[in-house]
Amino acid sequence: MGLRNFVDKIKPTFSEGGKLSFLHSTFEGFETFLYVPNTTTAKGAHIRDCNDIKRVMIVVVLALIPAMLMGMYNIGYQSQLQGLAELEGAGVFGLFWYGFLKMLPMIIVSYVTGLAIEFTFAQKRKHEINEGFLVTGLLIPMVMPVSVPLWIVALSTAFAVIIGKEVFGGTGMNVFNPALLARAFAFFAYTPQMSGEKVWYAVDGMSGATALEQLSTTGTMQWSAMDAFIGLIPGSMGETSTAAILIGAAILLFTGVASWRIMLSVFVGGLAFGYLFDAVGMTEFPAYYHLLVGGFAFGAVFMATDPVTSAQTNCGKWIYGFMVGALAVLIRVINPAYPEGMMLSILFMNALAPLIDYFVVERNIARRKKLIKNI
Amino acid sequence: MSKNIKLCKGLDIKLVGKAEAVVENAPLAKSYAVSPLDYENVTPKLLVKVGDKVEAGSALFFDKNNPRILFTSPVSGVVSAINRGEKRKLLNVAIEPDQTQVAKELKVVNPAKADRSEIVEMLLESGLWTSIVERPYGVIANPDAKPKAIFVSAFDSAPLAPDYNFVLKSEKAAVEAGLAVLARLTDGKVHLSARKGDEGFMSEIKGVEYHTFSGKHPVGNVGVQIHHIDRIAKGDIVWTVNIQDVAIIGRFVTTGKLDMSKTIAVVGSEAKKPCYKRIIAGASIESIVGSVASDVRVISGDVLTGSKTSADGYIAVKANMLSLIPEGDVYELLGWAMPRFHRFSVSRAYFSWLCPKKEYKLDTNLNGGERPFVVTGLYENYLPMDVYVSYLLKACLVKDLDKMENLGIYEVLPEDLALCEFVDPSKIEMQQILRDGINLMIKES
Repeated sequence: MGLRNFVDKIKPTFSEGGKLSFLHSTFEGFETFLYVPNTTTAKGAHIRDCNDIKRVMIVVVLALIPAMLMGMYNIGYQSQLQGLAELEGAGVFGLFWYGFLKMLPMIIVSYVTGLAIEFTFAQKRKHEINEGFLVTGLLIPMVMPVSVPLWIVALSTAFAVIIGKEVFGGTGMNVFNPALLARAFAFFAYTPQMSGEKVWYAVDGMSGATALEQLSTTGTMQWSAMDAFIGLIPGSMGETSTAAILIGAAILLFTGVASWRIMLSVFVGGLAFGYLFDAVGMTEFPAYYHLLVGGFAFGAVFMATDPVTSAQTNCGKWIYGFMVGALAVLIRVINPAYPEGMMLSILFMNALAPLIDYFVVERNIARRKKLIKNI
Repeated sequence: MSKNIKLCKGLDIKLVGKAEAVVENAPLAKSYAVSPLDYENVTPKLLVKVGDKVEAGSALFFDKNNPRILFTSPVSGVVSAINRGEKRKLLNVAIEPDQTQVAKELKVVNPAKADRSEIVEMLLESGLWTSIVERPYGVIANPDAKPKAIFVSAFDSAPLAPDYNFVLKSEKAAVEAGLAVLARLTDGKVHLSARKGDEGFMSEIKGVEYHTFSGKHPVGNVGVQIHHIDRIAKGDIVWTVNIQDVAIIGRFVTTGKLDMSKTIAVVGSEAKKPCYKRIIAGASIESIVGSVASDVRVISGDVLTGSKTSADGYIAVKANMLSLIPEGDVYELLGWAMPRFHRFSVSRAYFSWLCPKKEYKLDTNLNGGERPFVVTGLYENYLPMDVYVSYLLKACLVKDLDKMENLGIYEVLPEDLALCEFVDPSKIEMQQILRDGINLMIKES
């Protein structure tokens, strides 16, 4: 237990009165990361379930990994398709490595920026450090276009964490999903860098419309549904491979970390509106295409299910999920200037979730009040 | 025969150290104690001083908020200590027992013939009134109130809880007599609930509204049963009594003598021999389990709702079990990332779902740090009531009385949320938050 002794030895330096006491939360963050603390129950239940927020968050990170790996491979694959000389004849690993090197700086920038802000706020508020950013920090690079400049990643991460989360009181108190807020900020603040046909490729000078853009303008796409399902189409790292996202979904649902009600109802809502538009002739492709292209599946599995910003009551979750899916398709179809509706749809429903819950809870209150009249 | 009520929500936590079906007689303890802290919202005023001689049934102190409520000695002997804590707060009154026990001559009336007020007086004088709990709020019943119904749960579903069919198997007459007393206290019904398939003699008892329940913990909590039999609305008052206290009341009215002996379960992975013990209420821990190692937590009650007791302390008068579990004040390297096969979780993020029958040896480690409310939809799976747990707790936290009332604070007590507190990955002290909310309601009403 040499490590434990070392931690115990340096602990007084960081505790109140110690030389580095201004880094108390940071120290505590690292200590609780290394060791589950020896805190015992003081009040209430004497025994506790061994699940904690760290475990919950790490399960989400695990669930993101298949989509991340697949996305990295796809970045290399797309660049090869475009005829990038250095990737000529590269194998699976070569393509993956190319994508990995493209994504790594974004992941690092996102984590470093976000965690620095989180640690500072925890320190100021004398809180423990919350684990929520472990997930957000990975989600942000996964929803950004590949070629976005790193300073935009840093700036939008800072915006999402400070304005999206910390001003409301930190993890658990935020209204909007921080990762989506980061993307929305980047999109609206730096439109030239974030839109157009070039941004989805890692290589300068290459361009091509995404599947979503092709569908919204021409009604068809150059890839097969199978390509879209496996994830061999252009797009941001996380969102292209529906298959890998479904593996993540399976992990989240099996462990019970994400709400199956939300996930299911998002897909139902999307399909329902997809069929509706198909039936009235506003779209000319099968409804299920909506679920395969763009950020629909990624949003449904990893963004809409964020427990803090989604509806909190079980009944509310059905309504919230259905509306997320339906609105995403509605935006995609009705507004061709902005084909990716998922981000806006989830952010919009984030804002409405408390209202949905309000009505669900009011019904609970009404049932309780009815008891009085019955006497 | 009423319909069985089946509850799907809940959780049975399987722990090592279930009591063997053997009753041992504990020796007469060196000391017994009555503590006002085992009751909610009691401001004690002493009636005795150190050195006073008392008999079983002599009043030791009363509640200043309601001077008719007396707390009486479970044994005869001499008041040996009046223990006080910070700001002279009364912790307990300790009594050194006589070798031959004498019960005080108390006035006993025939419950079938006497006036209701005479019955109330009899229970108040004997101190047995303190075992009647009033809802809303879970305080000692107000003798001036009239409840719409009285509820008795004949079983306890908490982890390692005693089997009352076994504990009370020779006390059918006492239980019947006790229930007959309760029936006189209300114009409404006395509801008795047993566990389906394990009903013992409960189904044969006359004069009560009989119900059966099946399901997982907290199905045995009387609050959950009330919710499914006759919910508490604003303005309602109901009383509840523990089944073993019903037997003590019954014994008192049939024999005319206060006899506070009861059978408790001594359980938990650190109990040397988990079994049942016959004790007199309020006995010292030492007389029940001998000496206890310092790394063991002694809990007066069950592991979810009981109160922490020191090894040289006393079991609460109202407790029906004593749980001994290991303290968990150790560090665990990267514990949150490990498979942790020896630990229990309801989440499939760990592996305890693989062996649903395994009995666990759980310690008192919090298993994480306190966080804000993050997960949703989890708590509702462990409370079989139409109550939104996180909304109610948030109303308590912001001290919004109207919201607390609207969201169901009259229907729940901290014990009902114990399971939600157990499963919570944010480690929020739910029972304490609810208790503070309830105390605020009492203060403001």
